[in-house]
Amino acid sequence: MKMIIAYINPFRLNEIRDALREAGVTGLSAGNIQGFGRQAGHTETYRGAEYEVEFLPKVRIEVLVDDSLAPTVISTIEETARTGSIGDGKIAVLPLEDVVRIRTGERGVDAL
Amino acid sequence: MDTGHTAWLLTCSALVLFMTPGLALFYGGMVRGRNVLAMLMKNYVAMGVVTVTWIVIGYSLAFSGDAGGLGLIGDLEFFALGELGFGTEIGLDDGEGYPDSVFLVFQLMFAIITPALISGAIAERMKFTSWVVFIAIWSIVVYAPMAHWVWGGGFIGSTDGTEIPGVGAIDFAGGLVVHINAGAAALALVLVLGPRLGWRSEIIRPHSLPLTVLGAGILWFGWFGFNAGSALAADGAAANAFLTTQIAAGVAALAWVLSEQVMHGRPTTLGFASGIVAGLVAITPAAGFVSPLWAGVIGLAAGVICFAALQLKFRFNFDDSLDVVAVHMVGGIVGALLLGLFAEAAIGGVDGAFFGAAEQFLRQVISIVIAVVFSFVATYVIAIIIDRTMGLRVSEDEERRGLDITLHEEQGYVLTE
Repeated sequence: MKMIIAYINPFRLNEIRDALREAGVTGLSAGNIQGFGRQAGHTETYRGAEYEVEFLPKVRIEVLVDDSLAPTVISTIEETARTGSIGDGKIAVLPLEDVVRIRTGERGVDAL
Repeated sequence: MDTGHTAWLLTCSALVLFMTPGLALFYGGMVRGRNVLAMLMKNYVAMGVVTVTWIVIGYSLAFSGDAGGLGLIGDLEFFALGELGFGTEIGLDDGEGYPDSVFLVFQLMFAIITPALISGAIAERMKFTSWVVFIAIWSIVVYAPMAHWVWGGGFIGSTDGTEIPGVGAIDFAGGLVVHINAGAAALALVLVLGPRLGWRSEIIRPHSLPLTVLGAGILWFGWFGFNAGSALAADGAAANAFLTTQIAAGVAALAWVLSEQVMHGRPTTLGFASGIVAGLVAITPAAGFVSPLWAGVIGLAAGVICFAALQLKFRFNFDDSLDVVAVHMVGGIVGALLLGLFAEAAIGGVDGAFFGAAEQFLRQVISIVIAVVFSFVATYVIAIIIDRTMGLRVSEDEERRGLDITLHEEQGYVLTE
């Protein structure tokens, strides 16, 4: 099993969800985060005072999948999140030791 | 009793009270999220504290008449309301008036919002207890005398021809009494208090401009009570003040965002909201004395000059956090000065320099100097005394953790259940 974490642009979230559902993914988690990377921050101006804001709003999604589905999920996120501009984000893939479905107590692949 | 005037002034009193919650939102959105409740509270508490000080002694000192005939302060005739008449009539020359209690409550709302205006300057670092003590003292020692001098028969409002030799300045709804007074006090208080931790080195930006924009809208709405109500009658003067208020606010907001477009390349939401307030401030002293088109000129000047005045705090290095000096002191001065040029006897009974009475401009200048110096010096002394006894500032640790949790044990935004 794999845990796939992707840092993406917020405006790509809905497309990625739809593409992953189509690819057979049954669930994902998403949260608003802030981060900085190679993409420069932006300028904000309040009453004439300009601030360089380094942290940009991003979305982090987490998907738990069976090994067989992992390559599809990775390529789906990669293709759907890409705009070609700096700041499209990153995908991290982690080995996943176990999963528990809390309601039923199922373990491992059965809990996905 | 004139029921029309009475009904209008009761309505205006409620409108003016509503400005303080509007101001609280206007300011509350501009601070960081960890200080939003502390900011709202510093405004709201004025509705409690000043209600008490005004009823007990403030109104009497401002409007009971004149102690000793010197034009300096009222007497104690209305101490704790005293012999204030709830059914008697005051106000109008033709005998058609309204109850004393209506005038008391209308003036109370002005006395509430004026110290609340100062709170924008001391945002995110002043102790709540010290603030409560400050506004209680300030409303009695600074606001009540200023109101007496300008509106209560004192030496600024009276002219040479009357019993008390005076400056003869005019102030329709509180350019001197409210805005220049609050702005100069804000400057004094900030100089004693010092800047916020991280000012000019860290990013300190508004946490919720939607609150600020909503607050500016409520201020605009309430300001019709402030200015049109200051005609103290439901008549043509009130209608003129209503119209001049609308024009100045709209033009000033446009002038402010145009200035931003030229200087920074973007019109901002905060800029439009700020321009509204700058225009409302500047037209306040003039609303019943100038014609609608000159009100537009006052709005234009306020939008451009107040926007430029934002740089004062960086130039002279004082952390007037939410720009009370630039908007209220500078905006008030713009209005009070231009009033000395544009006032027209056909509108409000007094001519300015453009209508043949150059001396009125000089009177306005003198009144502004007196208001700034008195408010600044008196506030500075009060601030020093409170600082030496109670302390004005929270600790560094409290300031870093935020005033909501450290002063009030609450959070503005609870993000989990």
